Amino acid sequence: MTPQPGRHYLDHAASSPLTAAAAEAMAAWVGVPGNPSSLHTSGRRARAAVEESRESLATDLGCHPTEIVFTSSGTEADNIAVLGSWRARRSTRRRIVTSAVEHPAVFEAAGAAGQEGADVVLGEVSESGIVSLADLLDERTAVASLQWVNNETGVIQDTGRFAEQCRRVGAWSHSDAVQALGHRPVDFESAGLDLMAVSGHKVGGPVGIGALVVRREVSPAPLSHGGGQERQLRSATVPVALVCGFAAAVREAVAGLADEAPRLRALGERLIRGVAATVDRTTVTGSLAERSPAIVNIGFDRVRADDLLLLLDLAGIDCSTGSACTAGVSRPSEVLLAMGRSEADASASLRFSFGPTTTDATIDAVLAVLPDAVRRARAAVR
Amino acid sequence: MRVLAAMSGGVDSAVAAARAVEAGHEVTGVHLALSKNPQSFRSGARGCCSIEDSHDARRAADVLGIPFYVWDLSDEFTEDVVDDFVAEYAAGRTPNPCLRCNEKIKFAAVLDRALALGYDAVVTGHYARLVNHQLHRAVDPAKDQSYVLAVLTPEQLDHALFPLGDTPKEQVRTEAAARGLSVADKPDSHDICFIADGDTAGFLDAQLGTRPGPIVDENGTQIGEHDGTHRFTIGQRRGLQIGHPADDGRPRYVLDITPVTNTVRVGPADSLKISRITTLAPRWTERTTPDHEFDALVQIRAHAEPVACHITVGGDNLQIDLVEPLTGVAPGQAAVVYDGDRVVGSATIATTASFSTVTTG
Repeated sequence: MTPQPGRHYLDHAASSPLTAAAAEAMAAWVGVPGNPSSLHTSGRRARAAVEESRESLATDLGCHPTEIVFTSSGTEADNIAVLGSWRARRSTRRRIVTSAVEHPAVFEAAGAAGQEGADVVLGEVSESGIVSLADLLDERTAVASLQWVNNETGVIQDTGRFAEQCRRVGAWSHSDAVQALGHRPVDFESAGLDLMAVSGHKVGGPVGIGALVVRREVSPAPLSHGGGQERQLRSATVPVALVCGFAAAVREAVAGLADEAPRLRALGERLIRGVAATVDRTTVTGSLAERSPAIVNIGFDRVRADDLLLLLDLAGIDCSTGSACTAGVSRPSEVLLAMGRSEADASASLRFSFGPTTTDATIDAVLAVLPDAVRRARAAVR
Repeated sequence: MRVLAAMSGGVDSAVAAARAVEAGHEVTGVHLALSKNPQSFRSGARGCCSIEDSHDARRAADVLGIPFYVWDLSDEFTEDVVDDFVAEYAAGRTPNPCLRCNEKIKFAAVLDRALALGYDAVVTGHYARLVNHQLHRAVDPAKDQSYVLAVLTPEQLDHALFPLGDTPKEQVRTEAAARGLSVADKPDSHDICFIADGDTAGFLDAQLGTRPGPIVDENGTQIGEHDGTHRFTIGQRRGLQIGHPADDGRPRYVLDITPVTNTVRVGPADSLKISRITTLAPRWTERTTPDHEFDALVQIRAHAEPVACHITVGGDNLQIDLVEPLTGVAPGQAAVVYDGDRVVGSATIATTASFSTVTTG
C-alpha cells in the first residue's frame, strides 16, 4: 500500500501489496473476540463475517459459496487438490496428469503422490509454453492439473477445453488460478472445473489465506486432521480478519478488471517495446498472444539472471528471476527448461510483474537502467 | 567505492563488511556457495558452506542494512580447488586448498565478476594488512593469513580490502557483539572447508581408492605396507603402522613419497632436514619484481615460522637456500617469501635437497 521511497516494485506475482480496501476490511476484526465455530453471539458474528466473505468470493469466482474451502495459501489448496484427490481415488484410478511448467505446489504434490504409488505423467510443453494433456487423460486418471496462468511466463492455458477433456474420462480437473485471478476473467462454473486454487496476497489481499474451490460432487481426502471446520476437508480455526481482507481484495480486483487489464497490458507492451529498442538479443518468453497482462518474462542472451537482478536491485528496481532457489542457490528455471530452453537460457531471464501500483513511471525507471545493467551482466559472464 | 563483501557466515567476514560500510563504501554482501551438496547445519567448527552459514551471512547483511546475494561457485570450486587438491595428493604432493581458493575463486572468479558488474573491490575477513597496496602480515600473529594470500598479484591486491589486519581476533569478536551481529560467538572454522568431518585421509580414500604399496627405509628395504601414498605427507609420523621399531628405537618419519612406484620412504628425524628448496614459477605481489638474488625470510607452511634464506631467481623457478635446515618441507606447499612483515611473493615447492640427496615430489 505504501510505496518504498526510491524503489520501483515489479514483483506483484510474488506478492502484491495489501490494498486499502483489504486493510480496512481486516481492521474491523482486529481485537474482536469470537471463533467462527463457537455457538455464542461473538462466535456467530465472526461466522457471519466469514460467510458474507465466502458469498462475496463465490460471486467473484463464479462458484457456489459451499464450494469454497478456505486454506492457509494457494500452496495448501493445490496440495489438497492433487494429493488429496489422488488419495481419495487411488483404489480405482492410479494416474495423475500434469506438466513440468506447473507451480511447485502442484508439481511437488504430484511427486509426493508418486512416492505413494501414483503414476505421474507429464504433458508436453510447446516452446511458447502451451501444455497439451489431452492424450494422457484416460479412465485411469484420478486428477489432472493445469495452471490457468503460469507464474513465471504469464502464459494462459485453455482451462475450459482441459476441463471438458477431463470430464469425458471422469478425471477430476484442477486448475491453479493463483496468477489468473484479478488479471483475467476467472469463472469456475463456466470453465467447468472440478477444483481450483486461489490465493489472497497475489491480488492485494493478506498473506496467509487462500482457497480451494471444490465442486460439490468432488471429495478429495483431507491432508490434515482436526475439527473439520471447512467442509470436513480442511481443519483449523478460520481466520476471520484474513478471510475478510481476502474477499475485499478479490471484490476490488474483479470489479476493476475491465479497466485494469488493458492498463497493465499497455504497460507490458511499453516495456517489451522499450527493451527491444534499447537492448539487443532479447526475447519475450512464451506466447505473446496467450499472455497475462500482469507478467512479462524477458530472456537476455548470455547473462546470469542473478547478476541482472543484483544490478537492478542496486538501481532501485524489484523484480524476479525465473529461476528457482534451492538452498539459497539459484538453478535454471524448470519452467523454461520444460519449454525447451538450454540451461544457460533458462538461467538468463527476468520476470517483471505488474499490479495496481505499477505506472508509466515504473516502466520508465526500468528502461532507464536496464541497458547498462545488461551490458555489465554480459561482461561478467566469461 | 562500490565494494563486494564476501560473507562466509562467520564473525570475521561480518565485521569486515561492517567496517567497509562504516568507511562509507556502498557494500553488497555475497555468500559463496561452494559445495555441490551443502549440509543443512554446521557441525562443530568445521566447514563454512552449510545452509546455516548462508543464513548467518544473510542475517549479518540484514543487520548492516546491505543487499545480500548467494553466488553459486560450486562448479568453479570443484574444478579449481577440490579436483586439484585430490590430483596433488595423487601426485605425492601436499597442496594448500585455501591458497588455491584465494588464487582461483575469491580473487579471480569472484573479483572478475564483481569488477564486470561495476564494483571496485572485494572485501574479505582475512587477517592481513595492505600498506600502500603492499601485502603485510596481520598484527595478530596467531591469526595472520598473509601466507594464504601470498598468491595474489598486484592487480588482484589493488582490488582487495582486508579491514581486519590491524585488529586482534578477540577485539573483532567484541566489536561484532557491540554491532549486534549474532555471529559474534560463532566458533572459528578450522580444517578444510570441503571435508566436513575433518577426515582428510578418508576423503582422499573415497576419491582415490585404496592403493597398497611398500613402506621402505632409507636403504630401500621394505619394512611395512601402506594403503595409499595419498595418506601421507612429508614429515608425518603418525599412521605409519610399521610392525617393528627401528633398530635404534627412534621414531621414523615420512621422508618422501614416490607415486610412480607407489612407495613411501621413512627414516629418522635427522633425515628430514633439508637446506635447499627449488620451486615452480613464482608469483610476485608487487609490480617491481625482485633482483635475481637476495636475502629474505621464507615460510613453508600455513603456520610455520619464517626462516632466513638466500633466494636466487631463475628463469621460471626460485632456488631457496636456507640458513638453517628445516624439516617437514613438502612439495606442493607454497614457499612464501617475506621481507620482514611484507609479503614479496610465493612459489609452489617442487623439490627439496639436503646436503647429499635430492627428493622429487
